[in-house]
Amino acid sequence: MQYDASVASIRLVGVSKHFGDVKAVDNVSLDIADRDFMILLGPSGCGKSTLLRTIAGLEDPTAGEVWIGDKMVNDVEPKDRDVSMVFQSYALYPHKSVQANIEFPLKVRGVDKAERAEAAKQAAEVLGLTPYLERRPGALSGGQRQRVALARAIVRQPAVFCMDEPLSNLDAKLRAETRAELVALHHRLDATFVYVTHDQVEAMTMGNRIAVMRDGIIEQVGTPKDVYDKPASVFVAEFIGTPPMNIFPAGSVEAADHLVGARPEHTHLATTGVAATVALVEHLGHEIQVVCTIDSEHRATVRLPTGTEVPSNGSPVFLTADENHRHRFNVETGLRIS
Amino acid sequence: MAIKSRRLREIPLAFAMLGPSLLVLLTFVLYPLGKAVWLGQQTCDVQGKNCKSVGWGQYTNVIKSDQFQHALWVTVKFAMITVPIGLVLGVGLAVLADKQLRGMRFFRTIFSSTIATSVAVASLMWLFLLQPSVGVLANLSWLHNIFPVIKEPGLLNDSGTALWSVGISSIWANLGFTFILVTAGLQSVPKEMHESAYVDGAGGWMRFTNVTLPLISPTLLFTTVVLTSRAFQAYGEMDLLTNGGPIPQDSTTTVTYLIYGSSSIIKNNDGLQAAVAVLLFVILLALSALQFRGFGKRVHYGS
Repeated sequence: MQYDASVASIRLVGVSKHFGDVKAVDNVSLDIADRDFMILLGPSGCGKSTLLRTIAGLEDPTAGEVWIGDKMVNDVEPKDRDVSMVFQSYALYPHKSVQANIEFPLKVRGVDKAERAEAAKQAAEVLGLTPYLERRPGALSGGQRQRVALARAIVRQPAVFCMDEPLSNLDAKLRAETRAELVALHHRLDATFVYVTHDQVEAMTMGNRIAVMRDGIIEQVGTPKDVYDKPASVFVAEFIGTPPMNIFPAGSVEAADHLVGARPEHTHLATTGVAATVALVEHLGHEIQVVCTIDSEHRATVRLPTGTEVPSNGSPVFLTADENHRHRFNVETGLRIS
Repeated sequence: MAIKSRRLREIPLAFAMLGPSLLVLLTFVLYPLGKAVWLGQQTCDVQGKNCKSVGWGQYTNVIKSDQFQHALWVTVKFAMITVPIGLVLGVGLAVLADKQLRGMRFFRTIFSSTIATSVAVASLMWLFLLQPSVGVLANLSWLHNIFPVIKEPGLLNDSGTALWSVGISSIWANLGFTFILVTAGLQSVPKEMHESAYVDGAGGWMRFTNVTLPLISPTLLFTTVVLTSRAFQAYGEMDLLTNGGPIPQDSTTTVTYLIYGSSSIIKNNDGLQAAVAVLLFVILLALSALQFRGFGKRVHYGS
């Protein structure tokens, strides 16, 4: 499939979206480069979907500017933004065949019948839907429906793809496969993707940049490696990574004026250090994860290779954090110091 | 074998369990229906007594009679006036009120209020509105200058406008019903389908025809069938507004009015009344089946 969308970067300047007293998005500024695969990541209610819908034109920002390419699009209708959107529920038209669903964006634009049938065929081929063109969405599996939604999004070759948790209705195995396919699709289309998810695995594996959101603001923007290796705050540190980063109580590892965090792979069981109790031992096959309770608010996980001797539940242990891999955060604000 | 004999033994119990509802059904539905069918081939004296069979040919005689054919034609016209207009108005109001705007609850209440109005009250209200000397319409001089029929002889008294006037009253009375059903249908359309179509560039009319209408088609079919059956069974409006008249054209003598109306030509003939009633039942049954068959294929009942 020839894909020649006009290139488009996205720039958000001080964008806010308030619903009554609720600040769903609060003064967010973000630059998304042309051809980026940008992930908006955060827990539910953090404003990531609202931000995406603001880019697509489904929400009018309360304040701020939305730029797509060199055009300020605040007052531009979605159809004129060169944006397409894939919804979590796919939003396929149940009364139309797969082909008619894929053709729909062209039909509303007045493209003639032969031309849009051809475009739909090509889009279907890209996504392996050719055998299903005559079927109704109701006769397709969840994964196939998801592909129809994608085909409908690519058929009119937009510059920007907005995706709102498109994989969350798939089962775990299909989700892992589709992740790889979406990355391949992004590579192939060479368009800008803005992708909303609450799943940090999706964020780490698919995006070339991640914006971590909380309570309507962006906590950190960076490559997956940046966000993992140098989290900007305790929140990001605990949101990214499975299991999340261990945060030790102030004063237990270093001076009491800051918090120390360490990834599970950089936390060890030792004979001295921070006192803790083993709460849970999980044998995952390739490794063992030991979850320890330090006090009522702090837990820490240690990764051990299989075959190591593991302390039993309830036994007292001591934890240490690698000197070279410590993350230090402000006690009050939770922001990164070093 | 064991299973079969156990089933046989359960038959008395099954009838005992079904008994109460079977009894009600027999007494109040099947017996009267059977009785009406039987009465349809009888002739009785004016008091409805001393009935004797005159043969099933009475049904064919009724079908062939001018009076029945006229009443059926009036009924069909009445349905063709009230059903499409009522449906379009109901859908239109429901779509207008299906917006998240301040004060919309107020309009929803107003639009659905006629569902709480009885046919008698609605008809009396329209009777006063349309009354040729003191009615509200008759007092709008600019209006009755354009349409003199409002004053002389009055919309309900003119054979050309009587059926339309009764129709308007009936449309008004059924509007709340249609409005509520369609509103419920609209609310079952996922918001994301509209949003998806909107992002893809579909304007309001395109979204209405491509998304809304197909997705509420089951509601529309149901509403059409019910409105049609209501139109064929409408009686109170004709009885209160026109008495089946104006005579001699009998412009609003529908099948129901022919059966039961106080100035019906067959009002003293129980046998003929029963025959017409049975025929109306058969016609409605066939019509509903036809509607479900005809539109059923085009109706989409979700994924």
